[in-house]
Amino acid sequence: MNEKIKIHIDGKECWTTNGTSIIDAAKENGIFIPSLCHVDGIKPAGSCRICNVQVNGRNMTACSTPAVDGMHIESNIPELEEMRKAIIEIMFVAGNHFCPACEKSGNCELQALGYRYQMMVPRFPYEFPEKGVNADSKYIYHDRNRCIMCKRCVRGVMKDGKHVFAFNSRGGENLHIELDTELASQLTEAEALAAMDICPVGAILKKERGYYQPIGERKYDKEPIGSEIENK
Amino acid sequence: MSQKITIEPVTRVEGHGKVTIHLDDQNNVSQTRLHIVEFRGFERFVQGRPYWEAPVLVQRLCGICPVSHHLAAAKALDVVVGAGTGDGLTPTGEKMRRLMHYGQIFQSHALHFFHLVSPDLLFGIDGDPAIRNVIGVALMHKDLAVQGVMMRKYGQEIIRATAGKKIHGTGAIPGGINRHLDPAEKESFLNGPDPLNIDHMITWSLGALDFFKGYYKEHKEFIDNFAQFPSNHLSIVRKDGALDLYHGVLRAVDNEGNRILDDVDYQDYNEYIEEEVRSWSYMKFPYLKHLGKEKGWYRVGPLARLNTCDFIPSPLAQKEFEEYKAVTNGKPNGMCMHFHYARLIEILHAAEMMKELLNDPDLLTGELTTKGARQPEGVGVIEAPRGTLFHHYRVNEKDQITMANLIVSTTNNNEPMNQSVNRVAKSWMNGHTEITEPMMNAVEVAIRAYDPCLSCATHALGQMPLEISLYDASNNLIDKKRT
Repeated sequence: MNEKIKIHIDGKECWTTNGTSIIDAAKENGIFIPSLCHVDGIKPAGSCRICNVQVNGRNMTACSTPAVDGMHIESNIPELEEMRKAIIEIMFVAGNHFCPACEKSGNCELQALGYRYQMMVPRFPYEFPEKGVNADSKYIYHDRNRCIMCKRCVRGVMKDGKHVFAFNSRGGENLHIELDTELASQLTEAEALAAMDICPVGAILKKERGYYQPIGERKYDKEPIGSEIENK
Repeated sequence: MSQKITIEPVTRVEGHGKVTIHLDDQNNVSQTRLHIVEFRGFERFVQGRPYWEAPVLVQRLCGICPVSHHLAAAKALDVVVGAGTGDGLTPTGEKMRRLMHYGQIFQSHALHFFHLVSPDLLFGIDGDPAIRNVIGVALMHKDLAVQGVMMRKYGQEIIRATAGKKIHGTGAIPGGINRHLDPAEKESFLNGPDPLNIDHMITWSLGALDFFKGYYKEHKEFIDNFAQFPSNHLSIVRKDGALDLYHGVLRAVDNEGNRILDDVDYQDYNEYIEEEVRSWSYMKFPYLKHLGKEKGWYRVGPLARLNTCDFIPSPLAQKEFEEYKAVTNGKPNGMCMHFHYARLIEILHAAEMMKELLNDPDLLTGELTTKGARQPEGVGVIEAPRGTLFHHYRVNEKDQITMANLIVSTTNNNEPMNQSVNRVAKSWMNGHTEITEPMMNAVEVAIRAYDPCLSCATHALGQMPLEISLYDASNNLIDKKRT
């Protein structure tokens, strides 16, 4: 099962283990493929589509597609880079992403990708959603207007084997992620902090945790997103 | 036939304003109004947000003195998190905030005096508008212009070192501060190469005062009489009566120096201060409740602060304060242009306080935050560069802000600015049906003395030019000029 395979990403010869996802294989070989829904240790969902790569000319999500021996993968090509930028821009206008006063600013992956893709002006109209907030539980402040529907919290925040977050409604404007207030109230402070960390944006905040980390000391203040892989 | 004059926009102030002047049948000024025509509504959209966001969110009211809003909000939320009412923070928490605040006072006052006011003094109210601006100062009085820029830079660097950024930082958090001062930066602020070290800043502050006093000597009549009128004055003072721009009790005096608000706790400001809404301006008109709308209005800012305090707790500024008080024989000073004199004394005080704080080891080590029993609401008051600033928040048990009330420094000065405009209009425009450039600038000089931030006052965004409109008795527009 741990068979070594050879693939090519953007023409570079890469080695990985059979069964590894394309995104992780790229990471092992110093190539950054951006993603917002993928997080180490949690089953991939392929929901954000930012990690789309071309495998033999066909778009595939790099987080949920296993690398196969001999695969030829294109990632850093204008067509995909433009599509990634467009998705990021759509996510920004679809939510109330008010970076100047957001606790996640500097640690936010969406913001960091906005900088990486040089998002200078909004090209799509703002939606100004009114999906509300849930501040009913002890430690979590859940701002649905900032949610990008990546499902990281749905997949990764559990309490006693139960999901703390879940999709509500079946699509369209009403679709949103709901917090199980009763279950969330049972989370410890550390678990609430972990939930905040799993969220790539500022939709899940740990209560009373505002700006303890100074500007300049935050993750992406120090180095741009992706550089931890590309500069390895 | 009576007439109405409008000055719009007002220039060299922060924000956007408009002045209208009505003339009667004899072309004498019958009514003047300073209209604030912008509206933003921070008090409303902060509702529902988690309380810890407020100090970072509301400072976006302003790019000139965001630190004041940042600190006033943080002070209000100190109360909410049970960290006391302004004096319960850890030594590091309070001193870092004070350093941030004095840096702010220093840079904002320097900006105002050197960039906005000095053109009027150097070139005269009726000087050529083409050079009566900061570019003219830079061209013809280079040393002064450089001083202004460098003093502002020093203050901004202090803010960056304490708040994280020069504009819109995040240093103050409910219950304290989120960082210590970097030892290398402390050393640089104290002993860095000239001119960016504290001793040079003190020397330049004294130099600016000497410049003003020299000007005053030669133009005493103008400085003493331009738009002067008696009024009440309000500020916070330290409990022992000292000038304190960060924390204290509310004190107000009348034009004779009698206490009309006697060192009360600002947590109860609602019991003493009320705001009146007038249909023609987005800026409210605050007044002391017990004196009523007619007699209860007051001035805030440097002039008011030096009228309410008993002394200044730094030696060089105290010496200047004594000389300043001697001008009015110790009585409250109602002379509009003395705002600048008072502001320069405060620059010196801020520089002295920064030096004292920079030598304090508490900035480098110690606990950053504290908290105690949660409270449902809190009031934070600070002496911003332009005057007393009130922030009041109510927070529900889910940590969301349910109510915010901000009384901004410039709002406190609303009635006095209107009074000043009225006096200048009467002395410059009676008998005229046409607006001249010097007339317009005279009105602006009166407004500018208060260093108003009209953006803050209406919690609004925009540039700050002034338009003056002149109306006749039948309300027909007969002249309109923009600066």
